[in-house]
Amino acid sequence: MATAFSAPKLAAQPFNTISPTSQHKPLISPTAASPFLGSTRKLLRLSSSSQLNLRRRSSGSVFAVSDIVKEKKSTSIPSLLITKEEGLELYEDMVLGRAFEDMCAQMYYRGKMFGFVHLYNGQEAISTGFIKLLKQQDSVVSTYRDHVHALSKGVPARAVMSELFGKTTGCCRGQGGSMHMFSSEHNLIGGFAFIGEGIPVATGAAFSSKYRREVLKEADCDHVTLAFFGDGTCNNGQFFECLNMAALWKLPIVFVVENNLWAIGMSHLRATSDPQIYKKGPAFGMPGVHVDGMDVLKVREVAKEAIARARRGEGPTLVECETYRFRGHSLADPDELRDPTEKAHYAARDPITALKKYLIENNLSGEAELKAIDKKIDELLEDAVEFADESPLPPRSQLLENVFADPKGFGIGPDGRYRCEDPKFTEGTAHV
Amino acid sequence: MAAIFQGVGAAATLSSSPSNSFVPKKFLTSPRRSFCVPSSVVVRSDGSVNFDLNSKSRRAQQLVANATKADSSAASSSSNPGHELLLFEALREGLEEEMERDPCVCVMGEDVGHYGGSYKVTKDLAKKFGDLRVLDTPIAENSFTGMGIGAAMTGLRPVVEGMNMGFLLLAFNQISNNCGMLHYTSGGQFTIPIVIRGPGGVGRQLGAEHSQRLESYFQSIPGIQMVACSTPYNAKGLMKAAIRSENPVILFEHVLLYNLKERIPDEDYICNLEEAEMVRPGEHVTILTYSRMRYHVMQAAKTLVNKGYDPEVIDIRSLKPFDLYTIGNSVKKTHRVLIVEECMRTGGIGASLTAAITENFNDYLDAPIMCLSSQDVPTPYAGTLEEWTVVQPAQIVTAVEQLCQ
Repeated sequence: MATAFSAPKLAAQPFNTISPTSQHKPLISPTAASPFLGSTRKLLRLSSSSQLNLRRRSSGSVFAVSDIVKEKKSTSIPSLLITKEEGLELYEDMVLGRAFEDMCAQMYYRGKMFGFVHLYNGQEAISTGFIKLLKQQDSVVSTYRDHVHALSKGVPARAVMSELFGKTTGCCRGQGGSMHMFSSEHNLIGGFAFIGEGIPVATGAAFSSKYRREVLKEADCDHVTLAFFGDGTCNNGQFFECLNMAALWKLPIVFVVENNLWAIGMSHLRATSDPQIYKKGPAFGMPGVHVDGMDVLKVREVAKEAIARARRGEGPTLVECETYRFRGHSLADPDELRDPTEKAHYAARDPITALKKYLIENNLSGEAELKAIDKKIDELLEDAVEFADESPLPPRSQLLENVFADPKGFGIGPDGRYRCEDPKFTEGTAHV
Repeated sequence: MAAIFQGVGAAATLSSSPSNSFVPKKFLTSPRRSFCVPSSVVVRSDGSVNFDLNSKSRRAQQLVANATKADSSAASSSSNPGHELLLFEALREGLEEEMERDPCVCVMGEDVGHYGGSYKVTKDLAKKFGDLRVLDTPIAENSFTGMGIGAAMTGLRPVVEGMNMGFLLLAFNQISNNCGMLHYTSGGQFTIPIVIRGPGGVGRQLGAEHSQRLESYFQSIPGIQMVACSTPYNAKGLMKAAIRSENPVILFEHVLLYNLKERIPDEDYICNLEEAEMVRPGEHVTILTYSRMRYHVMQAAKTLVNKGYDPEVIDIRSLKPFDLYTIGNSVKKTHRVLIVEECMRTGGIGASLTAAITENFNDYLDAPIMCLSSQDVPTPYAGTLEEWTVVQPAQIVTAVEQLCQ
């Protein structure tokens, strides 16, 4: 039977599917592959310049994930991909992400948060589908669109909201803001404002994991790192350099491309010579997979395989998730360039609605239970906003803390004492 | 000859300062981190041991002891002969000792492993510690520097080598945004105990791109420390201190200084990252310098002494932050300052140092500060032109004569 990830010609091993339950059908059937860049074929018709043949399959070394849900429904004995508990966990996480981002928009327009705020509406399936499979010690590295990654990884909504309000109770003491979510407790290593600069950091976290296993002899260290980034980043040098290094040293990392087809106002097709990003994996010696990023169950199945692969020490995987952001690039983006029909097409594939439908149709849950979850999340967010509102702003004394882990780095002052020993230093009034 | 060893390192465990309390907490709570061996202590030349690291009096005594050194040679007491080696060997020795001491210390860079480093600083280390601890990277400075930063954030202590400091221009994104900033933007949650090192400076007709002085470009980045070594003694000491420091440190070496020979102590010692080094005490004029220019200054000093001048020469060593105590004491004594550096005229270390001295010690100056820097030109290939871009001893002599009129 064909495997989910087939290795490129250079690296020999075929990928052996680990099926948690035996009634799993194989993940791919090459003939029923989902069409790539579904809605953007319309864009291609509108702009006649592109000659791209979307049906073209490359050398056979990568496959798209088939439409599992549809297949499942057609068998006589329904074999489900998730249990009820898992389904509710996924639903709650996605609703939390969506409701949080909607609350952010409200708060922004009410003047509670400032600067660049990038919302994740529409992409929840990727964050939930991947991160809910991780252990606490696994790491997640994100970009500026990181609120929902933080929430999925377990950072409390209160801490994230406070951070956005710039309060001292925020997860980064108010010093990071929307684009710099960090949590050492949950192993969320950013939050990066420049695209691409998080990918080497993620590669480093994966390197640490391998180092622990092989040099420090911590035999059970199988921590995996997930690096999330967008389609625009895939044209950046750091992306390619890290694909190379990760494959070279078989680092336990999964590169997750959240291809929402737009980099601010730049369409992916206008920026990329070959827009099929998953094909770039095999060029570096790792499997490349394309998955429908609006379907949390499909994403989850692909994620399971990729993460398991990394845990076993077989190296990295490049996963391209085709998704869409329902809002503009940021709250400052008027979002005038995107075609309304394209937006409508993806709005109809809202991941939360899709999961809800799946849960109800497969008798995993009912309207009442799901509504109760919605209400619970609303209350959670009210509490988070209230907490953030009531939290104190950072005092002046916080200004110079955390610049250095060892504050002797501020040097020796004219009086012979280290600057950090100066009482004015903690007041934040010292001149460094 | 006084043998002064100074302990810094994980001083957080000994210091009672609240702002240091982050470090011990991380050691206790986070399972990811491996634990540093506690740092060394201050051993005085009379054998007494002092754990009080922040005492002003102790530092003053140490500076006085330094000032009595007649030359820049290492502190090796008569009871302990020490051993002789070249500067690049001293760097390697420091690195090797730290790697033995702490298994989390690792090296990454181009040709550091099997090749042993383009200037042999990591020679044979890969054979000893393995290919993962001394990692040969592909030619991707931005990414492997970022990788080092990510590894540092997750518990390792990488030493990233730029084959030539100039190549680190490609890593500027990672050094500025991540290395310098992430401790702050994460609210103190992640430390980045990385060392970024490599040879820079003007060599022998290496051409413009291989002759760059990056200290001026990096000096504005908040959150990093910069040090420049100039002798085998301080090379080893600074390398060890940098590795033990919880802050990101950039260690500047110089291409032309790798073959300097000196006798250094056998014992474990480190050099304080934030302190300047008194090279030659004097009365008439303070000459501040670092790296290779130290030797041009000392050469000029010989001429000046013959002419009846008594220059005080200080190797500032710490390019960021400046040791304003040592420098200030000198200015208060001599009232005249000459800065000799290899950096460019515009926006260089000398420019910042001039500003810092003017701000803090203006009342003590009898004359405007003179700053001799390299010309603002891309370093030419031709030998004669190259010679004229950097400061030569004759210029230093003239400057001192002018200053002391």
